[in-house]
Order: sequence, then structure tokens, then C-alpha cells
Amino acid sequence: MRFGVVQFPGTCDETDAVLACERVPGAEAQLLWHGDRSLEGIDAVVIPGGFSYGDYLRVGAIARFSPMMESVVRFASDGGVVLGICNGFQVLCEAGLLPGALLPNVGLRFVCRQVGVEVVNAGTPFTCATSAGDVLSIPVKHTTGRYYAPDVELERMQAHGQIVLRYAHDGNPNGSSNDIAGVTNEAGNVMGLMPHPEHAVDSLTGSVDGLTLFRSMATRVAARA
Amino acid sequence: MLIRPKAGILDPQGIAVERALPALGFSGVSHVHVGRLVELELDDPSQLEEMCRTLLANPLIEDYEIVRDLPA
Repeated sequence: MRFGVVQFPGTCDETDAVLACERVPGAEAQLLWHGDRSLEGIDAVVIPGGFSYGDYLRVGAIARFSPMMESVVRFASDGGVVLGICNGFQVLCEAGLLPGALLPNVGLRFVCRQVGVEVVNAGTPFTCATSAGDVLSIPVKHTTGRYYAPDVELERMQAHGQIVLRYAHDGNPNGSSNDIAGVTNEAGNVMGLMPHPEHAVDSLTGSVDGLTLFRSMATRVAARA
Repeated sequence: MLIRPKAGILDPQGIAVERALPALGFSGVSHVHVGRLVELELDDPSQLEEMCRTLLANPLIEDYEIVRDLPA
């Protein structure tokens, strides 16, 4: 299978994302430039972290208008698997592919640390290689990571199993509603999360737990093929 | 366009400013909110609402107010 990793001006985690994808046995990965439109041959899309378009105006606000994002929106509406990490999560919210929005951290500080992330729903294309209740060790590094959605929306998401990951052990680093670390759309094929699974793929840096998300995506793509 | 954090959503920046002011001797300050200002010139002001809704503000988390300064 082939992952496509979207690169905007200001994206900075695309190299780690490509490496993480390529650590999945049988998987290849390629960069997708924001100004291009083609997703030919791509089985799953990753929108990595960084500061797309300088994060001007609001985080993720301008990236959603890029030609590649138009293709990603179509890909997602056709059921394609799309993962947004950190800034990628913000972009997916701004693009309307995910509910809610990301606000400045409650402490107003940049937070960079390893966190425990509990799997709430192991039935998604992003977590099918995990079990509910697993706590993954994955780093966060962001200033604008406080997930917000109106209460009625949160209840609906809860009912549909869209709250996939939560910060564990009272370790909410940013003040997110209900300790939310990652959510999907209602169809379950688009997910965003603030922690960086692509930075947790080698024991040299402390954890390989992030790999399970990329492995899950590959498993789901193989099952659909 | 004046863009503000939506009422009811925690505004830590406003809180930080509100706490800093008394430290400098300014008293009686409350309800501080920090937003942003977008200034622009345009020929057809009827586009302003949609501009705000689709790009300049995120209506889920922000309120906006359009202030027009028409040429004399």
C-alpha cells in the first residue's frame, strides 16, 4: 500500500511522517505537494504537523483552500482514510472534515512532552491494531491544542464513538474538552489527533507506540482492497 | 472586522491580561477579551459577511462584527 503525506509551506513533520509510514511492513510513502491535485495511486493520506502557511489568521485556516486539500476532501468523501496530526488535525477541522476546533492551550504555553494516550474506540481504521483501554506513549508538542466542540456536538460524537483517544492519567496537557486527544468524523474514515505518533516509532526516542496507528491504517486499506 | 473569542468559551489570553493589569496598578478591570482586527478596502461590501464566515472568522469559536468606514 502507498501512503501520501501532504506538505504545505510551513509543514515541518513530513519527513518523520514518511519514515513512520515506511516502517509499516509492505508500505511505501510519498510526499504530496500542496499545489498539486493528484492522489493517483494513494491508498491513505497523512496530513502532518507544522505551521501550514505560517498559521496566519488561525491555525489551519488557509491550508484548507489549497488545491491538494480539495482532492483530500473528495478522497475523504469517497471513504478514503485520512489522518491529520497536530497542525493536520487543525487543518481537517477548518476544512469541515472533522467536528470542532483547536484553541490555544489553557496555560498559553507551548507544551512538549511525552503523554499517555488512552484508546477509547479500537474499532476505527486508525486504532484497529490496538485494544480499547490501551495507553500509548506518544509525545505532544503544540501551543494550540485545546480541543473544543459545543456540548451537544460532544454528546453526539460520544454516541457515535467518534472520541477515539483521550489523555490518560489526568495528563491533559492543554485543557481539551473531556480530555480529548483524537477524534474521527461520523463515518470514521477521517481522524485528527494532537499527539505525534510519527515521533514514537523507534525505541531510541522512547516509544514505538505511534506505529500502531500507521499499522492500523495499512490493515484497514488491505482489508478494503 | 472585529473578531472576538465566542462568549462562553474560555479565553486564557483575556484572563492573562486581566490578571496583569492590576499588577501594574490599573484597578477595576474586568471582562477582558483579546481578539483580532482585520482591516481591508473593498468595492462591494455585500461580500463582507460571507468573507467573515468562510475565512476571516471561525463561527464555531469566534464572533465577528463588521465596522464600515464609508468614503465621504
